[in-house]
Order: sequence, then structure tokens, then C-alpha cells
Amino acid sequence: MTITDTDRRATGLGYDDLPRLMSLMTGDEKHSHAATSTLDVVWVLYDRVLRVTPETVADPGRDRFYLSKGHGPMAYYATLAAKGFLPVSWLSGWATWDSPLGHHPDRVLVPGVEISSGSLGHGLPLALGSALGIRAQGLDARVVVLVGDAELDEGSNHEALELAGAMRLEQLTVVVVDNGSSTWNEPGLIARRLATEGWAVATVDGRDHAQLEAALSRRAPGRPTAVVAEVEAK
Amino acid sequence: MNTPREAFARTAARLVGEDLSVALVYAEISGQYFGDVERRHPDRVVNVGIREQLLVNVGAGLALTGLRPIVHTFGSFLVERAFEQVKLGFNHQDVGGVLVGSGGSFDIAGGGRTHQVPGDVALLDTLPSWTVHVPGTAAEVEDAVRLAVAGSGRDYVRVVAQENGASYPVRPGRFHVVRRGAGPVVLAVGPTLSTVLAATGDLDVTVVYANVVRPFDHRTLRAVAGETPEIVLVEPYLAGTSARLVSDTFADVPHRLLSLGVGREELRRYGRPEDHVAAHGLDAAGVRRAVKTFATAGRGSSPTNEEPRTLVSRESGAAS
Repeated sequence: MTITDTDRRATGLGYDDLPRLMSLMTGDEKHSHAATSTLDVVWVLYDRVLRVTPETVADPGRDRFYLSKGHGPMAYYATLAAKGFLPVSWLSGWATWDSPLGHHPDRVLVPGVEISSGSLGHGLPLALGSALGIRAQGLDARVVVLVGDAELDEGSNHEALELAGAMRLEQLTVVVVDNGSSTWNEPGLIARRLATEGWAVATVDGRDHAQLEAALSRRAPGRPTAVVAEVEAK
Repeated sequence: MNTPREAFARTAARLVGEDLSVALVYAEISGQYFGDVERRHPDRVVNVGIREQLLVNVGAGLALTGLRPIVHTFGSFLVERAFEQVKLGFNHQDVGGVLVGSGGSFDIAGGGRTHQVPGDVALLDTLPSWTVHVPGTAAEVEDAVRLAVAGSGRDYVRVVAQENGASYPVRPGRFHVVRRGAGPVVLAVGPTLSTVLAATGDLDVTVVYANVVRPFDHRTLRAVAGETPEIVLVEPYLAGTSARLVSDTFADVPHRLLSLGVGREELRRYGRPEDHVAAHGLDAAGVRRAVKTFATAGRGSSPTNEEPRTLVSRESGAAS
């Protein structure tokens, strides 16, 4: 599918429109959006934090958002549609044969989607590589990667957490959406572990836009940034 | 000394120095070669430590920002251990990069199975769009790495210690016709060429050489094979890896194919690389015996009375 200039213009859609946009995918006006743990984090990132627009999706100096936890991408697609990265008309019929929107996002198919995800534990290592690429090229940009608390079970993340801390990679931010879905996690463990590895860590209410904006906008000099966004348990 | 591995390391270091868009990522392995270039270009030469999953995805992440990554460790850890990272980090993200695996099927014979990767090309073959370089000399390694890094696609360079006596140009999609004969066509892949030439010196065969094996040069193979194709495939990794492509080449004509290469069985032997080459029938005597038997069978008469080499494994203790 091609994107027209009409699709790209400001949609005028806002946070309050997200439930309706998501219902185009889920057919469920009342429940799904509230149950989407990533909704507020993703919205705040695109609305208030990231320096990226539909016009700058190919700009080397743009900020990047990597959705590593690719399951349940309705809030992500809805936000991208509200911000004009993709047409609202794409939302209905998602995951059908002719739709570019799948149950896990594909960067080749969806404008504005930075990585293809679905298999857990890949986004953070990719983000680390991209942060190194940004640093090596002297670009004033950052990479924000969203992982789930259960996704951190995957050992590949820990290879990245250790190295990012050791390399003092300030271009990298990880936001952990913690809905208590990991079987073996315990409260506070993720933040302690990140701090041990040298990350600047903040734990915030994952539904509070002001807290999210403040924590996600902050960048610690000489350290990677971690934001643990706590939301209601799954 | 200029081993193939040293040729890779020197070429990679030069390319990082020459081109600001080239990055080198490695995981401790071969660090002895990279000290200088790492000090000069610390932003574009990254040792991730003993973290191979991270190694591959860091390469892909660099590529997502427009850099051309060279990603290196032993082939076993690069392609096998981190296979999903290769599949999703490079193919699924649709970014390019140059993976360089050293060690091959049994360079590290004394290291045992953990450090041997006869299955790397077969595994990569489950993915589309990889150019697979199998250079047969140090000079071909340098050419392959230069060509791969200058491109923008997905390249795998298989760097092994065994070398041929002569180097050929590196041209993806092009095999080289080394000798013409009336009998079967022997397709020698990578560092098996010298052995194949020694094995078939007085046999009436055609010898074709591949130092880039994907894409597969169907055209050259077709052109030299005649009307009743008889092909002996000699690969320095898992036997039969390219058999499906030979089969595709001759899908419309009756043909015969013998696939030589490394067996699937785990031998549980150490020793030297040459011992493994011989155990898998990839030495000159083994290749010669196999080619003669194959050619004779094709003429409809009884096979030679030479005994096939007996392969003894410690696991089964039985001949195979």
C-alpha cells in the first residue's frame, strides 16, 4: 500500500481517540484498550518525547522507538495512526491477508515502525547496536526500546543490559512495562538489577503521563537510562 | 605468515580505516588481531565480550542506522548459536551485513564438536538472499571480504585454514571452469579444489570451482555438463548441502549426482584437520575413489573392485 500526502497530514486525533482506533482492530470498545499495558507509554513517547514525525521517518538524526515486546501492538498501531504515520483506514482488517498490520509489527510493511518484533529478547540488543551506530556517527539522537517485564526472562536481554552499562551508552533508553507477568519476577528486582549494571533507573506509574514524560525525557550523562513503568497486574 | 584468518583480520581492519561507514563487531575471538584498529576507531570497532546473541543483533542494530557491519566469531557461535538473531536481526529486519565465521568444519580439530561447524552453510541455506563466500585461499578471503563490505546485501564469508594452490577471481554468481574433460563434472567448492585436482589429474573429468556458492551458478554448470549430466559435488561442509541446487539445474533432464562432503555423524575424534578431511573421504584418495566408482557406474559396468573407505566412529564402533 502507498501513503499519500493526505494520509500524512496531521490527523487532529488525540489520546481520547485511541480507544476508538483500537476498537477498529479489536472490535471491543470497552475493555481491550484499558487492558493494553503499553498504551500510555507509547502515547507519551510519540506525543511528548520522541523527535520523530511522519516526515522524518527516514532522517538519520531522528529519535527511534523500538517496540521489542511486539505482542499486542494495537496501542502502537493506534498511536501511529493518530500521529499520521499510517492511515486510520489500515486499522480495520488487521492481520488479514491484505493488511500490512499483523499481530506482530513488520518494519518493512508499516511506515514508522523501526523494528520487526514478535520473538522476545531481540529489541534491546538491536537497540544497543543502533545506539552504538548513532554514537559512532555523531548523531544527536536516541533509541528508546520498550520491553515487557516477562520479556526480560530472555537471557539475550542480559547480554545487552551488561554491555550498555559497561559502555556508558547514554544514547540508549529502555522502558520496561511491568505488569507483573513474569512468573519468577519479584517487586523491585528489575530496577535493582538495572541499577547494579550501571543504568540510571526511575520507577514510575505507567499510567501517569506527567511521570512518564519526565522520566522518559531525562537522559543521564554517561549512563544508559531505564524507566520501569508499573501498570496494573495482568 | 598470511593465513586466511589473518587475511580476514587485516582486510577488516583496513576497511574500517578506509571507510567511515564500516563497523567491526566481534566477541573476544580474533581479538589478538584487532588491538590496533580498536584503539584507532573505538566507536566503530566493538568487542561485545562473550555474548554471541548480542554480537549478531548489535551488527543488525548498527545496520539499522546505516552502517555496514562486519560481524565475526567462530562459525559455530555465529551461525548456530545465534541463528535466530541471523534470521530476525538481518533477514526479517531486512538489513545488510557481512558475517565472517572462522574455524569451518574442523580447523579446530583438537577442540572437538563444540568448535566444529560443518552445518553452517546448510543452516544459512534455510534463509533467503545470503551470498555465501567460500574462499579457497588467503588472497580470495581478502577479495571476498572487500567485495562483501563494498556491497549492501547479506554476505557470509567462511574463513578456513585449508587452502588451494591457486586463487581465482571472486564473482558472486560465477563459477570457474578449471579443466575440461569428457567424463563427469566435479564441482569443487572452496578449499577442496587442490584436492580435487590432485585426485582427478589423470581422469577424464571436467573440474568446476566455486569460491562463491550462493548464488549458485546454474548456467556454468549446465553449460559444461553436456546432454547426460553426471555431477560430483565436493563440499568442505555438510555433504549434500548444494545437492538441491544441482537438482534444480537439471530438473528437466535425467542426471546423476554424487554428493561428497562432511558426514552427519559425530566422529568424537580430535587429531588434526587432515585427519578429519581423510575420515570424511575428502582427501585425494577418497575423492579419487568416489569419482572413479561414480564414473564407472555411469558406464553401466560393474563398479571398481577397490574397497570403499571404512569410516569408524567411536559412537557406533561400526563401519558406515
